[in-house]
Amino acid sequence: MALVDTRHIDASDVSVIEATAGDFVALLKPRVMSLVVFTAFVGLAIAPVWPNPFIAVISILAIAVGAGASGALNMWYDADIDRVMARTAGRPIPAGRVRAADALTFGMVLSVFSVITLGLVANWLAAAMLAFTIFFYVVVYTMWLKRSTPQNIVIGGAAGAFPPMIGWTAATGTIGLESVILFLIIFLWTPPHFWALALFSQTDYGKAGIPMLPNVAGEATTRRQIFGYALLVAIAGVLPWAFGFASIVYGAAALALGLGFVWYAYGVLASTDSRPAKALFGYSLLYLFAIFALVLADSIVLRSFA
Amino acid sequence: MKPAEQDYVDLTDAQKKARRSRSVALGLALAALVVIFYVTTLVKFGPAILDRSF
Repeated sequence: MALVDTRHIDASDVSVIEATAGDFVALLKPRVMSLVVFTAFVGLAIAPVWPNPFIAVISILAIAVGAGASGALNMWYDADIDRVMARTAGRPIPAGRVRAADALTFGMVLSVFSVITLGLVANWLAAAMLAFTIFFYVVVYTMWLKRSTPQNIVIGGAAGAFPPMIGWTAATGTIGLESVILFLIIFLWTPPHFWALALFSQTDYGKAGIPMLPNVAGEATTRRQIFGYALLVAIAGVLPWAFGFASIVYGAAALALGLGFVWYAYGVLASTDSRPAKALFGYSLLYLFAIFALVLADSIVLRSFA
Repeated sequence: MKPAEQDYVDLTDAQKKARRSRSVALGLALAALVVIFYVTTLVKFGPAILDRSF
C-alpha cells in the first residue's frame, strides 16, 4: 500500500555522499599531524619521568587525533576561502567530497574523544591543555585572527607550539621550563615559516581576502620581519643548552642550524624575487625537525651516561 | 515485494564503495578504542585490579 507511485529514487538526484575513509583522514591534515606526533613525542621523551610505554603511545595518539580534529574544524570553517585558493581548493569540502556539516560533526566528536582519552590514560592537566589547544586553533586562530589581522599566524602559532608541552605534561603531570622552551622554539619559528610561504603564494591569500603580512604591510616589511624572527629563532634554539638541559654538543649544533636559518632569512631580506623565500621555507622545515631530533638524541645520550 | 524494491534510494557503485570504506574505518576505530581502554585499565591498575573488596 504505497502512498506514492514511485518508491525508487535515483541516487544521482539526492545528496548521498561519496566520501571515503581517506577523505575523512585528509580532514585531519596528516602532514601537520606528523609534525605534531614528532614534537609531542620529543616533549614526552625528554621528560624526567617516563610513563608506561603503552600510556606514552596512546597519549601521543590522543594528542595527534586532537590536532587532527582541530584541522577538520578548521577546514569546516574555512571551506569558503579554501575554495578560492589553488593550494587548498582540492581539500575534501571545497572539492565536494565531504559535506561541511559532516566535517563539523567529525571534528567535534574527535575533539571530545581525544581530550577524554588523554585525560583517562595520562592526566587531566594534559587533557585540559589539549582542549585549550583545539579551542585556540579553531576559535582564536581560525575564526577570529586569521581573517582579521596580519599578526594572525604570530599569535595563532601558539596552537602549533603546544604539542611538545602537552607531551611533557602527559608524562609528568606538570609544566616544566624545558617544555616551555620547546614551545618557544616552535612559536618563534612559525611566523618566518609561514611568511616565507606567503611570499611565494601571496596572490592566493589576497584573492581569498586573508590579511597575510605581505599583502597588507608589503613585501619589504615582511622580509624585515622574517629576518627579525630568524634571529629570535636562532637564539631560542640554543636555550636548551643555556638552561642546562642539553649538552654543549647540542648547543653547538643548534647554533650552527640557527646561523643557517639567519643566513637563509638574510637571503630573503636581500632579494626581491620569491626564490630565496622558497629556499627558506624548505630550510625552516628541516630546521625544526633537526632541532627536535637533536634535543631528543642529546637527552638520550645524556641519560645513558648519567 | 522483493527486498531490493523496498529501498528508497539505489546507491551507485561509487557510493556503495565509499560507504563500505567508511564502515570499515568506523569499525576499526571502535575496535581500537576497546583495545585502548582495556589495556589502559590493565596498565593503570595492574594486578591490583583483582585485589580489592567488592
